[in-house]
Amino acid sequence: MSIPGQAVSLEQQIAQWRSYLGRRQAIHAVDLVELEDHLREQIAALGAAGLADDEAFLVAVKRMGDLDALSREFAREHSERLWKQLVVPRSESGGSAIPWLDAMVAFGLAVAAAVLVKLPALFGLRLDTDADVYARNASLFVLPLLTGYFAWKRRLSPAIVRWLPLGFVAALLLANAYPFAKGGDTGILAALHLPIALWLVVGIAYAGGRWSQVAGRMDFVRFSGELFIYYTLIGFGGAVLMAFTAMVFAAIGIEVEPFFQSWLLPCGAAGAVLVASWLVEAKQSVIENMAPVLTQLFTPLFAAALIAFLGAWLWTGRGVDIERNVLIGFDLLLVVVVCLLLYSISARDRHAAPGFFDVMRIVLVVSALLADAVALSAIAARISEFGFSPNRVAALGENVILLVNLAGSAVLYLRFLRGRALFSDLERWQTNYLPVYAGWGALVAVVFPPAFGYL
Amino acid sequence: MEISKDLMAASSTPIVLAILAEADSYGYAILKRVRELSRGHMEWTDGMLYPVLHRLERLGHIEARWEVAESGRRRRYYRITPSGRDQLTLERRQWEAVDATLRGLWHLLARAAPALAR
Repeated sequence: MSIPGQAVSLEQQIAQWRSYLGRRQAIHAVDLVELEDHLREQIAALGAAGLADDEAFLVAVKRMGDLDALSREFAREHSERLWKQLVVPRSESGGSAIPWLDAMVAFGLAVAAAVLVKLPALFGLRLDTDADVYARNASLFVLPLLTGYFAWKRRLSPAIVRWLPLGFVAALLLANAYPFAKGGDTGILAALHLPIALWLVVGIAYAGGRWSQVAGRMDFVRFSGELFIYYTLIGFGGAVLMAFTAMVFAAIGIEVEPFFQSWLLPCGAAGAVLVASWLVEAKQSVIENMAPVLTQLFTPLFAAALIAFLGAWLWTGRGVDIERNVLIGFDLLLVVVVCLLLYSISARDRHAAPGFFDVMRIVLVVSALLADAVALSAIAARISEFGFSPNRVAALGENVILLVNLAGSAVLYLRFLRGRALFSDLERWQTNYLPVYAGWGALVAVVFPPAFGYL
Repeated sequence: MEISKDLMAASSTPIVLAILAEADSYGYAILKRVRELSRGHMEWTDGMLYPVLHRLERLGHIEARWEVAESGRRRRYYRITPSGRDQLTLERRQWEAVDATLRGLWHLLARAAPALAR
């Protein structure tokens, strides 16, 4: 081989070594520069002593020592690196060119959401007396801005951006032009289901042109789960803040609760969605995702609880007590099970062989299906007695949608365990199902009110 | 003859500080100097020097700066600080105490059992 050919292969070898070492969490880019300088100097010295490039490389790497031990030593010295820093951007690591711009846009939009929440007050709508109007419009205070944030961040093509506002305009018309009866069930249903439908619009913006791909939709699923966790944490923080503020002001005889109820709580709740979304975006590559960790923890526990329920039901032979809310309760149970499944799927290495947790998930899904079947059969037997109220039809429809999802998942999962299907088939099934939820949400919001006389 | 790992770890601080007390230096050159001075008896694993340097930097015994070497690559040079010199004096006293103790013992052993004290 000629000299240039050798030089290239040495550079390639060094580059490979560098990227291998760079994957270690405890070893930062600056350390890589330092270690690489060392390696190159060593190679040069060995070369001067008469070794060929590849021999010199091998010896130099060997002298550098075992990489696991080395990264352990670095981790011992720099233990803070294992706790990756969240909000503070690392200047040395490069990454996005202007991290603060992103943060500023997100916080600007959060303020805008807070202002939007107070906008109806200009039209004489009060939060305490017109709560139903606020509830129906709740998603419209926040989601258009969130969609805008992702449209900006992902540099969405105009062809997509053009269509996104349509959903929000339609929702705005629906929420305010339908003659809802005050305090009626269909109004509450619309308020609950509009966000589900509009979340799809956010997802299309989030995926940034990758919505048609399984991976793009799966990223949106991950984002949604992390957002939920961050939002909950921010909510806890906000509650602590408010409690202490109320306490110190009460100590000097000033009542701040009215201010909380009309300003801090609604504006904070709206703005926090954007702040939480930005946090998820910012830390996406920074720390381990939380949702999969929690699902891993709770999948066996939920499975155990459901099996205990089924066992007790069989053993005692008790009938399911058909209360008003039992169907909604079982709907929520299925939602939890779908989430547990979805988030464990989202974190699973799709090439890994089936293992303990896969069996655990199947047990969870099958026991949830059985538990739901028990409840459904009890309800079906007496549905004619109860009549078809909008709430009951919505709850029943949701139950069917979730049941179909879980049944499909169970079949695909079993096929995967027996080596008849790929894990990605299961992923595709779950991500293809996302529009079904949105479609059902839109159906309930759009069709139910006129169908049930806006009551 | 191999020097044990514990002894290597214990002696790394005074050795690095003493080499830097001679002149500012960088990782590869420090290792080369150790190899020369020990006549090859002390073979540090190259990579392990860097966590040691970083620890001394965190403790304030040495400070680092980036320079561009003649090769055109960025290189991290280390310099001993006043606190590092104090530490070196302290370490030196400790090692001299250990050394004096051992010397005394070798001397006694040589008289008691000449065969053992070689």
